[in-house]
Order: sequence, then structure tokens, then C-alpha cells
Amino acid sequence: MDQLSSPSTETLTAEALAAELGEADTIGSKLHRLASENKLAVVSMAVIVFIALAAVFAPLLTPYGFAEQDLAVRLQNPSAAHWLGTDELGRDELTRLLYGARVSLLVGVVPTIVSMLLGAILGLIAGFCGGWTDTVIMRVADVMLAFPSLLLALVIMYILGRRHREHLSLHSPYIDWAGVARVVRSQTLSLRESQYVEAANSIGVKKLTIIFRHIFPNCVPSLIVLFTLNIPGAILSESSMSFLGIGVQPPGCSWGLMADTGRTYLTSHPMLSLAPSVAIMLVVLAFNFLGDGLRDVLDPYMNRR
Amino acid sequence: MNEQLTLSIEHLRSSFFTLRGEVKAVNDVSLAVPKGKIVGIVGESGCGKSMTAKSIIGILKYPGRVVGGSIRLDGQELAGLSDRAMRQIRGRDISMIFQEPMTSLNPVVKVGKQVQEAVLLHRSITSAEARQEVLKIFRTVGISEPEKRYDSYPFQLSGGLRQRVMIAMAMICRPKLLIADEPTTALDVTIEAQILKLMKDLSRNTGMSIILITHNLGVIAELCDFVYVMYAGKIVEQADTITLFDHPLHPYMQGLMASVIRLDRDVERLQTIPGVVPNLLHLPAGCAFSNRCPYASDECRTQPPVLHDVGSGHLVRCFRGEDDK
Amino acid sequence: MFRNIAKRVLQTIPILLGVALLIFLMLRIIPGNVATTLMGEHVNQESVKRLTAELGLDQPVYVQFLKYIFGAARGDFGTSYYLNRSVKNLLTIAFPYTVKLALAAAMVAWTIGITAGIFAAVRKNGILDHLFMGFSLLGISMPVFMVAMILQYFLAFRLQALPLEGAVGFRSYIIPAIALGWNSAGSIARMTRSSLLETLQEDYIDTAAAKGRGRVGIITAHALRNALLPVVTMMALQISSLLSGAVITETIFSIPGIGRLAVQAISNRDIPLLQGTVLFTTVIVIAGNLLADCLYAVLDPRIREAK
Repeated sequence: MDQLSSPSTETLTAEALAAELGEADTIGSKLHRLASENKLAVVSMAVIVFIALAAVFAPLLTPYGFAEQDLAVRLQNPSAAHWLGTDELGRDELTRLLYGARVSLLVGVVPTIVSMLLGAILGLIAGFCGGWTDTVIMRVADVMLAFPSLLLALVIMYILGRRHREHLSLHSPYIDWAGVARVVRSQTLSLRESQYVEAANSIGVKKLTIIFRHIFPNCVPSLIVLFTLNIPGAILSESSMSFLGIGVQPPGCSWGLMADTGRTYLTSHPMLSLAPSVAIMLVVLAFNFLGDGLRDVLDPYMNRR
Repeated sequence: MNEQLTLSIEHLRSSFFTLRGEVKAVNDVSLAVPKGKIVGIVGESGCGKSMTAKSIIGILKYPGRVVGGSIRLDGQELAGLSDRAMRQIRGRDISMIFQEPMTSLNPVVKVGKQVQEAVLLHRSITSAEARQEVLKIFRTVGISEPEKRYDSYPFQLSGGLRQRVMIAMAMICRPKLLIADEPTTALDVTIEAQILKLMKDLSRNTGMSIILITHNLGVIAELCDFVYVMYAGKIVEQADTITLFDHPLHPYMQGLMASVIRLDRDVERLQTIPGVVPNLLHLPAGCAFSNRCPYASDECRTQPPVLHDVGSGHLVRCFRGEDDK
Repeated sequence: MFRNIAKRVLQTIPILLGVALLIFLMLRIIPGNVATTLMGEHVNQESVKRLTAELGLDQPVYVQFLKYIFGAARGDFGTSYYLNRSVKNLLTIAFPYTVKLALAAAMVAWTIGITAGIFAAVRKNGILDHLFMGFSLLGISMPVFMVAMILQYFLAFRLQALPLEGAVGFRSYIIPAIALGWNSAGSIARMTRSSLLETLQEDYIDTAAAKGRGRVGIITAHALRNALLPVVTMMALQISSLLSGAVITETIFSIPGIGRLAVQAISNRDIPLLQGTVLFTTVIVIAGNLLADCLYAVLDPRIREAK
């Protein structure tokens, strides 16, 4: 007798809305809904793609090399020749910004992928197996989470030594995976008790199959959201380390490094530090908006677990 | 009727103003609650009964709003009162209890304190005196070991106890009117019987009137003196309980009666009412029930019927009812 | 309840040991002899051997680790290679600066963040809401150094209102505290707002209204007590990020705290000092989390009473 939830609820739940519109409940349809309703997320996606393309095609977009010095034109204000001016060694600021995008995006995305994979696998195992495996994995995760991330990253860079500092991608997965593992583990725990897993088990489906065909797909939405929201952290981490002088080294080009070298001229040429900082801010914002939008559509109850 | 009326509602209208349009949740509802009597409002989810209740007590949340009509409590007009004035009436003259006692109580505050709050808001007594009042009302509503329960948290109590706490909270200021919104829907049947008896006794003993909202006909039969049937925001039939159950005239009410499962009859198939409740954003031009009514005529689909008297206080909103009887 | 606390404290011990072990191992896997690094390439083998023995580096790793742990339990964290002073001494001197900075930042961040979040939720979709949420977005997206430099530029350089750097007196902590707390404030504001909005949808809010409570009363007496629970969790998690941010902030503002000490240790390849600082900060994080757990149990009776 009481089928539809009445419109007297203040906000129609996402599920009710979808049911009303006769939509399928797949990830694809949810993403479609995101694209049509959340303009901010779409714009952010566009910004990210734009920056990525600019980074990839940097050599084609600018006549200058990122290390090309011209001391005659050092510390110039924005002009027709140099759209954002030049830095203390006469290098074109805009060019360095473009090449810096490469570092930021690479260092933002690659370690996050690694930590996602690591965290997801360990989380699945911990949640599904339980017992000692679970305890051990979670304790290790706790140990990793006890480190302030920047400090651990510094230690890692120290270990890698001067020669390997270009391999920045190695610096950040060591803590991020723990957070991912926790989320995946709690989801696995609750999914493990669900009826269809029970059913699958009772007809003799192999454990591994259960994990990959039933449990893992349900974790994917959260993973997508976590992925998008962890990238800004990695980007900020790299820029902080380069800022401290322990990340990308000159003549290499990173936004954090640019901000640091520009610091000396903060009072006379604030643009040198401001431009890369704003760039970082925009990228971080874009990923955050995208992540928020994805979360609203894919996994609105993520925080409650 | 020369009885004194505790509550008199005339042409109440409340709507939700959503992005998709105006949802007329309460669409011209008039009802009367005599002193000391129990009045029932029955209907399925979404028919507007909860909204009516919330409109009376004034806790409709944005984007809902009372749009028009008169609400008189013991002669005093409530519609249009400032929120400050209304706050004095809420909890003191009119109380409300809700369906889910678990979520209706603050999970991190002791239940004793929550009930104490109800009396401290309306009477200037000390905290210690208030506590005594709480213990007294706990005993009245049948909560054993009141001192122990006072210091309990909601999650430590059973469903029945929690609902008794809610009733205590509603009764502690001796209200003139109690609105009970599906008070036993979330409870076991045996507990339900206890709670219903409690409410009946309280009403008889204190002269308090009750508006009982439910979709359960059995509860109505058990408790109510008079019944209003609501559908899609309007009242479609009203009568005293016995008359209504003996001679339901509106096809919707007839359908509800027919779908009740009875032990004394051998039935092959369960009866249902085909179709679903209409979307309140897109109400049909005529009778709101016409798309599900077995007797619907063209007139029904195009003209909205009005409530008319078929004798001794029995009103129906149906064209067919005019010919019958 | 005390049993719970004791249990949790015991659980942190293996974590602490794990942390110490991890740092220890990480710093020992560096190729190259430490003594050689310290003394330079062109020193004869005798001296290298002697220094190695002096530093206790010729012993098996587990012996070194055990010695370190026992030393640490007594408060002895070794001697800094570079500065030639006891690590404990260095930590003790640097520690108060970091504490002042972090506490100031946390206070600023949390009070502003929670207040902003509450107002934003209560005036949902109004100007205040958009304003506060706009600021909080800036908060979570601007890197610490960016905030620091902007503040330095405007407040210290342009307006000459506050000192540019240093750690002398209350005023010199103002800009660093804001810079450090900016990010936290943003997260806290967003979390408070969403948590409060969610809480206000709960049924017991209706009950409170039906009792006759006014808007303000509902929020202070009922909503906040529940809405702030996840915020407390977030605050605990922020201890770690505040310490990370302190590293940068101390460097920019030349505050002689533990963060700056850590950076120095890295530049100078000063293993004992690095070990000491990382271990120390980790202990603070763990202690903070423990405190937060206890706080949570105090605030939420469901956690307290459940067995």
C-alpha cells in the first residue's frame, strides 16, 4: 500500500530519484548524471584535462626551454615576449609553469595509483581473511599513519640520496595506502556479511572469485572517489618538499621549487612565487571539486563508515 | 454537536515549494477534535496526515509552509502566531509523539534529562523539582524503576520503553491535545497493545484529547471515537468509528477495509487496491482517486467531488456516495 | 571505561616499536659507510674504522636497535653527528617552539573552522554560507607556503604590522599560526557544516522542536552534541598534518622548532637527530590520537557504555 516515498521528504534521495526516472543503477549512468547536474565538477574535469594537455604539449606551446637562461632579461615584468615575466635567471616564467605542470601531475597521479592498488589489495585481504592477517595488516597501517606525512617523505628522499631525487614518484604512497586500506577493509567487512556473498559461499564459489566478482566491484565507487581526493595531497606534498629543497632540484622545474626560488624576490617581484602557487591551488581545487562531485554521485555515505 | 472542541481546524492548506513546483501536501483539510475524545486520521504514506500534524504544531520544515486556514485550540487561533508564541504552546498545550522512538530521542543525552527539558521549558521550577516531576510521570506511564531509567541512554532501552519515555515527555505538562504520529508502527504487537491501552487510559483519566495518525485500521478500531480518512492531501471520508467500519462509503475506504487480513474468513487471494498514489505535483483534474477507483466515471475524472453529509456526521467526498444510501 | 583506556594505551606500544623499527631500518639501508660520509673520502681506513666503532655502527643491526630502544626508554636518544650535542637536549630546546606554534594554529583553526561551519549550516545557501565555504575552499587548496608568503607580503611587508620572521614574543607567532592553521580551518569548516546539516535532519530535532525549543536551543542543546563527533575525529587526524605543516612553517619563518631541526638533520645527514625528531613527532601523533579516542568516549555514551 505504501509504495512511493512521498514527495513530502525534503530532498528526494538519489535512489528514489533514479527509480522515478527509470534509470539504471550502474556507474556509467551515475557518471552521466554527474555530467548533467554538477557543472562545477564538469568544469573541474575540463581544467584538469586542459592542464594535462598543456603539460604534455609544453614543448610545442612555448618557444623557450625551461632551463633557457637569458641574464639580460632577468626579473622582467609580464610583457608581450614573456607573458608572465621572467625569473631571476632570465627564464620564461610561463614556460617553467608549463613544465612544472608535468611534474605536479605526474607526481600527483602515479604515486596515488600505486597507493590505491596497494591499499585496495591489502584492505581486501584484511577484511576478507580476518584474524591474524587482518590484525597484522591493520597494525602496519596504524604504524604508517602515525608518521606525519611530510616527515616520512623527507626521510625517504634522504634515503634515496641525491642521485635519485628525480624519482619523486616514490615518496608518497607509503602512508596513503593505509587510509585506502582502512576504507576498503571496512567495506569488505560489511559486504562479507551480505546475503549474496553468503549465497555465493553456500553454493561453493571459490573465495578468490567471491572477492573479485562480488566484493571488489562494490568497492570501486569509493576507490574512484578516494583516488580523486588523494591526488591533491600528493601534489601538495611534492610541492612542499621541492619548496624545502629536498624535492626536484634545479635546473629541474617544479611549482614548489619555483615558489621557493621566488621567495627571495617576494617583496619586489611577488609574481615569481605567486604564479606557481596559484597554479597549485587551481589544480588542487579542480581535483577537490571533481572528487566531491564524484562522491555525491557514487558514494554519498562514504564518511559514515 | 454541542460538545466542547479542543481543536478545530478549518480549510487548512500546507504546501512544499520545491524546485519542481508546489506540492499541496495538505489541501483544504477541516477537522474537529472534541474534548477528551480520540480522533483518528487514517491513510497511506504520503497522503498528508503527518504534514497535517506538523502543521498544527507548527514544526513544518523548509521548504514546507502553512499556506492558509484556521487552527483553533480551545478557541485560540494558532495560525499566524509568531514562532515565539507558538513555542510556548508546543510541549505545553499541544504535544506530539513520533513513529520511531529510537531516532526520536537524542542518542547522547540521558532520557531523564530529555524529559526534564520538556517541563523546564514551560514552568519555572528548579532542576530538582523538575526531576521529581519526571519521576512522577515515569510512574504514571508505567516505566518501572524510574530512578534507574532516568539516567539511561536511549540505546539502553527497549522499543516499548522508549515510546513510553516519549509519551512521558509529551504528557509531563498536561497538554490539552496529544498528536500521536504512528506511535506503535515500529513496535511489536504485544507492546503495541500496551502502549495503546496506556494512551486510552491517559485520555480518559486526564480529559486530554488525542489525534491518532496511523495506516493501521486495527489501531483505529481499538482506540478512536471518530475517524478521518485522508487521500492525496484531502479528507475523503469522515464518520464515527462504528459507522465508518459498518458502512464505508468511499471506494478508497472500502478498498482499505477489504484488504485487511481476517482470520475469520477463508480467502484465496489477498485483496489490494490497484495502482499507486498520484504524484502530488501532477494531480488529476477530477477526483484524485479516480485512476484506481473501480467505479470511476467521466464525471469523476473531470470534476473534483466535494465533501457532503450523508447523515449524522458521516461525510464523503465522492459522487457515487450521493446516489447510495 | 578505564579498562578501555588502558587497553588502548597498551595497543599503542607495538605501534611505537613498529615506528622506531621502521625509522631505524630505513636509515640503516643507505649505501655507503656513515663514517666515510662524515669524515670525507680521503681519510685513511684506520680512522674510519675507529669512528665506526665509536659510533657503534660495526655491531649487528638488531643489537644496535635494542641498544637504541633501551636508550630511548631512559631518555637517551644518542648524539647528533653534526652538532655534537645530545639529541635529547636538542629536542628539549626545540620542542616548546613547535608546541606553541602548533597549539596556536590549532586553536585558531578549530575555533574559526567550527564557528564558520555552524554559521554556514544555519544560514544555508545564504551569503554567509557561500562566503565561509569559499574561504574554506581556499583553505584546503592553498599550499602552506603560499598562505605564509601572502601573509608575509601583506601583513609584514606592506603593512609592517607584524614581524617577518623569528620566534620572539607573541606577535611573531601570529602569521605563522594563521598560515599553519589555514588549511585545517578549511577542512573543519566544511566538515562541521555538512555534519550539522545532516544532524538537523534527524528525528530528535523534530522532537526538540515539538517540545517548544527555539532555533538556538535546538542547535546548542541537541544538534551540536551529535554533529561535532565526526569533527572531533577530524581534529585528531589533523595533528599529523599540523606537524607536517609545521616543518614548512618553521622553515619559512625561521622558528627553531622540531620541524626545522628535522630538515637540518636531513641536509646534514645527521642520522641520530633525524631518528630522534621523527620518533618524537610520531609519539606526539600517537598520543594525540589516544587523547582523541578518550575524548570521543567522553562525548559519545554509546562508545563509553558499549562493551
